[in-house]
Amino acid sequence: MRSFTYERAASPADAARAVAATQGAKFIAGGTNLLDLMKLEIERPTHLVDVQDLGLDAIEETEEGGLRIGTLVSNTALSAHPKVRRDYAVLTRAIQAGASGQLRNKATTGGNMLQRTRCSYFYDTNMPCNKRKPGDGCAAIRGSSRQLGVIGTSDSCIATYPGDMAVAMRVLDAVVETVKPDGTARSIPSAEFHRLWGDTPHVETVLEPGEIITHVRLPAPLGGRHFYSKVRDRRSYAFALVSVAAVIQSDGTGQVAFGGVAPRPWRLPEADAQLRNGAAAVVRTAFADARPTEDNKFKIPLAERTLAGILAEAKG
Amino acid sequence: MPDDGYLNVSRRGVLAGGVGSAALAQASILRAQQPMPGSQSGNEGPSTMRIRMTVNGTPQEVDLDTRTTLLDTLREHLKLTGTKKGCDHGQCGACTVMVNGQRINSCLSLAVQHEGDEVTTIEGLGTPDDLHPMQDAFVEHDGYQCGYCTPGQICSAVAVLEEIRSGIPSHVTDDLTGPMRPTEMEMRERMSGNICRCGAYSNIAEAMAQVAEA
Repeated sequence: MRSFTYERAASPADAARAVAATQGAKFIAGGTNLLDLMKLEIERPTHLVDVQDLGLDAIEETEEGGLRIGTLVSNTALSAHPKVRRDYAVLTRAIQAGASGQLRNKATTGGNMLQRTRCSYFYDTNMPCNKRKPGDGCAAIRGSSRQLGVIGTSDSCIATYPGDMAVAMRVLDAVVETVKPDGTARSIPSAEFHRLWGDTPHVETVLEPGEIITHVRLPAPLGGRHFYSKVRDRRSYAFALVSVAAVIQSDGTGQVAFGGVAPRPWRLPEADAQLRNGAAAVVRTAFADARPTEDNKFKIPLAERTLAGILAEAKG
Repeated sequence: MPDDGYLNVSRRGVLAGGVGSAALAQASILRAQQPMPGSQSGNEGPSTMRIRMTVNGTPQEVDLDTRTTLLDTLREHLKLTGTKKGCDHGQCGACTVMVNGQRINSCLSLAVQHEGDEVTTIEGLGTPDDLHPMQDAFVEHDGYQCGYCTPGQICSAVAVLEEIRSGIPSHVTDDLTGPMRPTEMEMRERMSGNICRCGAYSNIAEAMAQVAEA
């Protein structure tokens, strides 16, 4: 691990300013993803700004009837919150489908939105990777790509956003609240938060340098039945090959997002509109522009079968 | 075990340490390091900071390179070697300890993040003469073979039963709003972050069930 200096920030604006002011500085919250990458020298921050003292660890009700989640709320605390379990069960299900109990205790809401890809070529510093080193090339496209993306990818990078929580956030139309180094705040719809990176795969979100996530806001509950189905190589503690987050109403309409397939949780409004026509119609629409590899083309029929299972359960 | 900065290790000591080490090092062992102001960045050398935390009820104060993980602080600086380093990447769970009552992977946490925190390791759960009920149950049910993952398994197991008691749901919980129950399926799912290469899983589940029913 490279040497770095460390400080604790007292306010979101202070934290944003501190990161913006120092070349190579990064925020650290839980640190479970960052430290892993620092040990491999894939992340090499010169300065860490610890945000744990910002007091952003509460879940509050909003005037619109939704919830405002502090960025430091742990995955465990968010998934166990009584209102989340009752009204946003897809979020509890998604969080509990990811990582291990130890990691969920440490991982934060904001940090989880920023989780970096698990592409094995990104992790292997002996291999070329445009995400790790812009312009380096991509070893994954002609390599072993079974885990990797089938849609929204590019000729530069076929990695995925690997997490589960953000897939549920996408289905719930969550909004990410941030503060920039100049102190201004903004709200970013989850639909726009993760970039389709094209030829700049090292830029994964729309956050500007030094911009810090302060909250994630959930709109009023959608009602309906909530599902999160995750298909993976072992039954627990593994990343998704495909995951499906869905909220299905009694009339068969609803929202659906797919994880493990793209640089962002994958959801298209025109695919939502096909829900009453069945899983095949939804997946045909959602994956119309897919560009899978020989290794990962199985993900598209797998997504259809996973969604079919959810729709059968929703009817039953 | 003498508190001289060296590890006086016997096979018997290692085996005892796996279940509940008596090695409660009392003194913080400060490494000779070049004092560097923590607020300066650059190429002058490693940055160090003074960290205070309470480990197994004993206040500790250590000067550390900012890169030092909580795991290395416990093992290399406080000589509490019950906590084990397996993968060092949060994948195996051998380094599991409790911080402020919650289990975490101590390998994926920097010591500087834990200023003022309360840390409990396997050495703080029980001693060979006064085992924690979970340690007792692991012995009774042969919840280990080589013993390397055992301190992490036991710390995790103790925390898992507390998580179920406090109503935290899991991936296999059917009714998210109902009471949580310590079924075998619940315990197996919740222990998935602790790998045992000897494959003592079924005995670990039996040990946990015994404590859960007690």
